Formats: sequence, structure tokens, C-alpha cells
Amino acid sequence: MVVVKIKDLPKEKFLLPGNTSCQGCPHALGLKSLGMALGDDVVLVVPAGCTTIIAGSKDKSSFKFPCLHVPFASAPAVATGLGSAFRRLGKKGIPVVWMGDGGSDIGFATLSGACVRKDDMIVIVSDNEAYMNTGIQTSGTTFWKARTTTSPTGKREEKKDLALIMLMHKADYVATASVGYLQDFIGKLRKASEIDGFRFIHLHSPCPPGWGFDSSETVEMARLAVKCGAWILWEFDGKFRISPMSKPYADKSKRAPLTEYLKKQRRFRHLSDEDIAEIERRIDEQWRVVLALEDVF
Amino acid sequence: MKKVLTGNYAVAEAVKMARTEFIAAYPITPQTTIVERLAEMVEKGELNADFVRVESEHSALAAVYGASAGGLRAFTATSSHGLLYMYEMCWWVANSRLPVVMALVTRTIGPPWNIHTDHTDLLTLRDSGWILAMSENAQEAFDLTLIGFKVAEQIDLPFAVGLDGFQVSHTAEVVDVPEQSEVDEFLPERRRNKPFVIEPRNPITVGGLTTNECTMILRREMNRDMEKVGDLVKNAGYVRDYDLVERYRLDDAEYVVIMMGAWCGDAKDAIDVLRDEGVQIGMLRLRFVRPFPAEEIAKLDCKKILVVERDCSVGKGGIIATEVKSVANSPVQSVMAGLGGVDVGVDDFVSMFRRFVKGELGEWWL
Repeated sequence: MVVVKIKDLPKEKFLLPGNTSCQGCPHALGLKSLGMALGDDVVLVVPAGCTTIIAGSKDKSSFKFPCLHVPFASAPAVATGLGSAFRRLGKKGIPVVWMGDGGSDIGFATLSGACVRKDDMIVIVSDNEAYMNTGIQTSGTTFWKARTTTSPTGKREEKKDLALIMLMHKADYVATASVGYLQDFIGKLRKASEIDGFRFIHLHSPCPPGWGFDSSETVEMARLAVKCGAWILWEFDGKFRISPMSKPYADKSKRAPLTEYLKKQRRFRHLSDEDIAEIERRIDEQWRVVLALEDVF
Repeated sequence: MKKVLTGNYAVAEAVKMARTEFIAAYPITPQTTIVERLAEMVEKGELNADFVRVESEHSALAAVYGASAGGLRAFTATSSHGLLYMYEMCWWVANSRLPVVMALVTRTIGPPWNIHTDHTDLLTLRDSGWILAMSENAQEAFDLTLIGFKVAEQIDLPFAVGLDGFQVSHTAEVVDVPEQSEVDEFLPERRRNKPFVIEPRNPITVGGLTTNECTMILRREMNRDMEKVGDLVKNAGYVRDYDLVERYRLDDAEYVVIMMGAWCGDAKDAIDVLRDEGVQIGMLRLRFVRPFPAEEIAKLDCKKILVVERDCSVGKGGIIATEVKSVANSPVQSVMAGLGGVDVGVDDFVSMFRRFVKGELGEWWL
């Protein structure tokens, strides 16, 4: 694990002030951290999503990163081509795909292909658990029972675990992260940048308008997800480890009450006690899987 | 040097001689042997390129797009369903004005599944901003691939080289291959920062949100630049001269046939038969669909024109005929034939052209 001290972080901004992200936007926190972690080595590849808007319009750009906007389902493949150009032309830099859970749904084959080939890139899926840019529609990572505009009574299906799927693709580096723990995210980005090949970080990004909580509470919400055990921070770099922020919550008695996390969000207001008990059962199951992976890898 | 090459191997040879730096493709019949040959060339060290085995055609052109945006000379190849699967990327590449070259081995679009030639797939690119060439034989497939890189990099528009599935792609012919030194002189290294380059520490943004006017200006400029392609092709400085069209026995022709692709060889034989009978008939063969050779067609001074094409815009009919009618100064008759690879041979063309001359030709179909 790479230890990150706030006082050592660079002051240069790569996401510029005055950008068009919503108040309390988790992507903005993530993009700022990306700049602090990897600076001008980053070349962003951005498929359609909230970040298309955040990047700015007309002749104004919010990024000090070079940025190539690409079709929704294409981003990792575009990064493959860019990485080849950097290598062949002797340019030091990292293609960084920055996409949402939408991009990882529609572009899943492409994500899989780039990972299987171990193409040189870092892919960050900033996951706000629904298609937020088009107005809060259900995605593959939307929480079970969460209300969205296309599941107005609550999603009926389980969410997919993207990071574990990428782990099973034999990616060179896989981690989960959270906008509630940006030093951990920055450390993981730096660790990823020291490894060659295909690197994947699944960033948990609570969305104030999409989930229905106050825009001042993004970080608090992200931390609650970790503290109640619903989001587990881990890292694989050849060895699988549960990250220090999540480690205490392997012990269920240490976890924050799940209702505290769920009841703060409008998308979960309709949940019954039975629903909450079922979510808790699923979280326990997830922990059993992750703890077992620590033994396996 | 003369070599015996199939159309697909001729394309691969041209891609190698162009010193292409990045290739990504997904197999589809009848294109597959192009990328198989290129993979072999890369593995043997005959071609210093990155060859990426992508998981789909959409990713093939996406990877080629990234490589080209990064400054590399990049190539892909596909057919029919592969083209439709990468269709979104085709437009993205065109509007980004990147000089990508693609070989398009024409094949019927299903269902029903059908691997034989039909030009409707090529024509789906008609409005996108790609330069569209259609070769008649392996020699042209070879030459147009090299000319494609040159012209694309001059005008910043992508270039598709069409060749008929099996009839050209899998048929071995003698191809006159220039020396590598001649190709190097004709096609120098790509100017890597043109039209733009995405690279570290150069914080530009490409493809993001703009004003509506920006899109309007872009498409207008693409349309204007496409009109310059004819001159660029004519003045390319290649070892053989090329033009947007081929004129076959056209000088005194009272009857003109307009066609494109491999079957033009059979149609020319039929024209020879009618010429021997004293009929003044000739052919204007379209070597390019985009830019559309409007001037060449408008200049035709003849009694009537017959457009024979293996494509169909359902609800309107022949796509090429519709376009020819918009510029021709003589009456135009349209015939759709050979759809789905239905064989049309010399005897069929003799019969078709005789009836056309006599004014007895109706629909053809089968």
C-alpha cells in the first residue's frame, strides 16, 4: 500500500475551478485526485457520461489533462490505440479511461478485450450506481431495490460486482476505492501507475441528485457505505488485500447500522424491514467472498 | 515486380509497403485473409507494426482511432456485418478528420446469412465523410490502398477501399508491385501532428461539447474538402495514373453503362461483343463513389445511360442510379442486379445491353 500524506500532495490543479459538475459531485473529487496522483502523465479517454459535461463546452476546457472524447462503448479500445502511439513514438504517459457504470455496461466487451490483452492503461469506473447523465436510469451496478426513473418501484435484479469480474479477467492490478477516502484512492492510483499492463479501479461515487441526499454529504455518504460494509475497499497487485479503511468491518459488530446508510437516501426510502434484512444478508455474503479471496490470492 | 496475389493479399502487401504502424481488425469472411496475412507479416518481422487482436469491429476501429489520434498510420479491414457493427466509429473517425484507411471487402448484409458480394454495405458509408473507392481487380485494390493513405493524409478524411468479396478478394491475379523505394518516395512518414495529436503534456480536448455552429462548420468544410479529392487522386504522383472514373470505349458512345466493382470486367466483355455488332456502347466505371464523379457524368454526351448496380435502397431502388440521375444530361435507366451475390455473367450483360439499346429493358432482378 502506498501511503499518501495530504501535505505532500501537489498543488497544481488538473480539474479547473468553475467547471460544470453538480454541487457535491463525486466525479469532481475523483478527477481532482487523479490530477494529484498522476499529474501530467495522464491522457484522459472519456466516453459519454457526466464527465462529458464536466469537461467543459465550446472553447473552454475544465481539464489540464489532454482529453479525447469517444463514443460510449469504445473507450478502452481507443486507449489501446493511444497507448501504442505513446510507446512507438517514445512519449511518457498513461492512457487513463475515465468512465461511469454506463460506459462499463455498454462497453463491457471492450473492457474485457483490453483487459484480456493486458493493454497498457488505467481504467477508472466512477460508479454512481445508475445512468445519471441521462437522468437516473437503472444500470448493471444499481443497488437491489434502489429506485431509479426506469425502476420506479425499485430495481428487481442484483447488482454486478465489476471489480471482482475484472479480477477474474486476470487484470494486472484491480482495486476498489471510494470518494470518501481520497488518500486511499490516490495511493491506489500511484500503485497502479508503477505496474505495467491493464489496471482497473472501481471508484464508489455517491451522487447527490441521483441518490437523493444533500450535496454537502457526498463524502459522508461514501464513508457510510464503507462503514456499514456495503462497499468494501480492497486491492489486488498479485496479492489480494482488504484495505485498511475496510479491514475493521470484516467484524460485523464494528459496522455502522445499515439503516443509517440506506435511510439517508431517497432511492431507498420505500424499503421495508424485510428488504433491509435481505440487503444485510447480501452484504454478509459479499464479505464472505472477499475474505475468502484474501486466502485464495 | 510482378507478383501473383489475391485481392486480399494485394491489400495486405500495400499496407505493408505503406509502412503502416498500427493494425486492429476482427475476422469476418471474406475480409479475414487480409488481416491473417498482416498478422503473419508482423510476426515474421516483415512489418514493424502493432497488430491488436480486438474483440469486435467496433473496437477495431476504436483502437485504430486512438492510434491515429496519437499520430500513427493506422489500418483496419472489414465486411458487411462487421462494418455495421463499427458504424458508429466510422462517423466518429470521419468527423475527427483522421486519415485512417480501411479495406472493405463487400459482402451481403443478412439475414439470411450470405457471404457473397453486394455493394449495399459499402454504400452505408456514403454520407459519413469517408472517401469511398471501389476497385475492379487486385491491381486496383493494391494501388488504391497506397493512394488511400496518401490522399487521406493530405486532406484529413478517412479512406475506404472497396473490393468485391471472393471475386476480387480471393481471386489470384498478376499484380505489378512497385519497389519499396518508389513507395517510400510516394508516401513519406505521416505528419504526426496533423490534423491534431493527442499526447501527454499537451492539454487539448478533442471531440467534446461545442456550439451547434461548430458542427455545421465541420460538415461544411468536410464537404468542401471532399470535392478536392478528385484532383488529389489525379495528381497523387503514384507510379500509375488514377482518376475518379475509368472510361471504356466511351469516346463515340451513344449508349453508356455506369457500374462499379469486379463485374465491370464481364460487362466490358459484353460491350466488346456489342461493339463487334456495330453498337456504339461504352462504359463509365465509377472508381469512386465519394467524392461522386458528378462532372464526369454530367459531361456524358449520349443518347441514354444505363446504371447497373448490386445494391438497393428499399423504397427508392438503385442508389447509384438515383445519384446519376441528379447530375446526368441524358436519360438514365436503372437496373438492380446481382444482389446477394447472384451471378451475372458476360451473356447476361450482352442480353441486358442489347435490350437497353433497343429500349426493351425492364426490371432485371433474376
